Amino acid sequence: MTVALSAKEIATRLEEQFSGSIIESSQDSLVVKSESLLEVATFLKTTPGLDFDYLTSITAIDYYDYFEVVYQLTSIKHNHSLVVKTRCYGRDNPTVPSVVSLWRGADFQEREIYDLMGISFDGHPNLKRIFLWEGFQGHPLRKDYL
Amino acid sequence: MEVGRAGLYVYSDTELDRAEGKAIESLKAHCQQAIPDPDKWLEEELRRNVLLTSVDFMLNWARRSSLWPVNFGLACCAFEMIATAASRFDISRFGMEIFRASPRQADLMIVSGTLTWKMAPQLRRIYDQMAEPKWVLAMGACAISGGTFAQSYSVVPGVNRIVPVDVYVPGCPPRPEALLYGIRMIHNKISKKSLIVEG
Amino acid sequence: MAIKTEPFVINIGPQHPSTHGVFRMRLTLDGEVIVDMEPVIGYLHRGIEKLAEGRTYTQNIPFTDRLDYLASMTNNLAYVLAVEKLAGISVPERAEYLRVIMAELQRIASHLIGVGAFLNDCGAFMTPFLYMFREREKILDLFEMVCGQRLTYNYMRIGGVSHDIPEEFSPALDKFVREMPGFIDEYDQLLAENEILLARAKGVGILPKELAINISASGPVLRGSGVKWDIRKADPYSVYDRFQFDIPIGSVGDTYDRYRVKIQEMRQSVRIIKQAMEQLPPGEVRSEVPHLLHPPVGEVYGHIEAPRGELGFYLVSDNSVAPYRFHVRAPTLINLTALRDMMIGWKVADAVIIFGSIDICLAEVDR
Repeated sequence: MTVALSAKEIATRLEEQFSGSIIESSQDSLVVKSESLLEVATFLKTTPGLDFDYLTSITAIDYYDYFEVVYQLTSIKHNHSLVVKTRCYGRDNPTVPSVVSLWRGADFQEREIYDLMGISFDGHPNLKRIFLWEGFQGHPLRKDYL
Repeated sequence: MEVGRAGLYVYSDTELDRAEGKAIESLKAHCQQAIPDPDKWLEEELRRNVLLTSVDFMLNWARRSSLWPVNFGLACCAFEMIATAASRFDISRFGMEIFRASPRQADLMIVSGTLTWKMAPQLRRIYDQMAEPKWVLAMGACAISGGTFAQSYSVVPGVNRIVPVDVYVPGCPPRPEALLYGIRMIHNKISKKSLIVEG
Repeated sequence: MAIKTEPFVINIGPQHPSTHGVFRMRLTLDGEVIVDMEPVIGYLHRGIEKLAEGRTYTQNIPFTDRLDYLASMTNNLAYVLAVEKLAGISVPERAEYLRVIMAELQRIASHLIGVGAFLNDCGAFMTPFLYMFREREKILDLFEMVCGQRLTYNYMRIGGVSHDIPEEFSPALDKFVREMPGFIDEYDQLLAENEILLARAKGVGILPKELAINISASGPVLRGSGVKWDIRKADPYSVYDRFQFDIPIGSVGDTYDRYRVKIQEMRQSVRIIKQAMEQLPPGEVRSEVPHLLHPPVGEVYGHIEAPRGELGFYLVSDNSVAPYRFHVRAPTLINLTALRDMMIGWKVADAVIIFGSIDICLAEVDR
């Protein structure tokens, strides 16, 4: 069985390493500040014992005050999983650092989130619309579209 | 757009994307009304006066017995179209087993699956490249009216906004027998056409 | 004297004679060798994620059918498993076994098309494809007996399945399961040592193991590269932990390995169906679930091993009848990430084969 790691313990470990990066943590998931996302992700990927080498999926959700980007991480070696979230505020040009340099599987998924939600990813090599055509006005999956 | 060595233009990817986007937006602006059926006159005319010369008879028989469809499967209905062409519901008994990849060699276009605005200019292009006489069959609920996805922001609500349609085959997806019935209706339509009235 | 050459951009456009759907590739060629490749998708983007936010949980089950239309049963299964996890609904035993039987039959049907289309692209124009369709029609007959549809079944419900199997189903399934290994042997005999297939597919389009894990590949693409990762064994759902089956893996990660993995998986699926038929208990097929389901506030990620990879549904609920966010983790979209790396250096004729071997279904890529 894939063990879903307790996010609270991982949060305490991360607080020791990078203080001030965790906003909140519960049994299922932990919320990270978007500025420290890359460091936390690198730590999760490279530390022996955690070894999160497989990025299962990235999603974005539109809560009206903020956008939340959810990362599902899995480790094939140890067969455990973790959910990491980050938030970005503001509706005009929300930005989140990109994790393409760590996990290349994020490439198309981040382009999809940019296309449908409007969240830009810093450091993505090819951030342009993927499903809708160039010149489409708006970002359809936002709650205030249509 | 740079000029390459031999004087040919070398397009960059963003230019191609932008040109495609402009084409899609202009098509969307123009195609908000359904195109009416071009052969509706066939029903009334023939009720008054059914005179087929022997040339018409031979020509229509030849045309309907070897209709070659062009490969235009978009989504789920495409697989029922392929199943119709497979060995159980053999479409080859009607002379149609060759699905031509090139539209210039085909005379029937079976639009099977959901059409999105992004794909619409390509549909129009393939339709324009087919030689006369040509027929269009809209297969499945998505091609007829948008189907389950009609309220979506990117789905064309019915293929008859882009090309004139001759026969509609409902279903989601229609069974191969239903598609064969639709093809027989096209055969009936072809056998009513006449050289003189076409003008 | 060196000949001056210029790179040439060719477009393998959205309408093309391959049965994988409306996919567009822009290849930059130097002579016949591919130098760069850009995939363009979105020609079948129907906005399912947005439409699903306006329909109840049960009304979304037909939407999931139309995602990967070649494997509708497994799509339904993934979605209802996610909703049951979110709302804490338990499923009767008989329904679990029926779900496993339908999912494995669907896996065989989907791999038949995957292999058939791959061989179609290799140049065996239609002969293996029509052979595979002969078996697929038998499976579709079984499905029609159960739920009345040939392609988009809408069979799974939240809390079980929609109908019980009729009496004609068991003898027909017995007959199918007895004959299928013989047919798979027939395909193997014709194709496994075929010189043309070996020359065209062996060593072509290699995906190394590290890259496969890094791009989050899943399904036959990941297993063909040598990684033993299958959700049915790693994170068992439904009643898969009661069956004995193996996970075939490849060694090199080329197109031939992916083809072999699919053929072996079909054999293992037949094995699972035999065991499930023997252990099928009597009972109800659906538990009591209110018509308008109000799951508690929360979120869930439920995933299964679909024929094309790991299919996951991420649902967020705010205690209303419709999901707040409905996201599909599409395996084929993520498998496409490596396509550029697999194609560079090969020729145009290999481009079609490499693309066919990762077996995508555009409706799932584009949703």
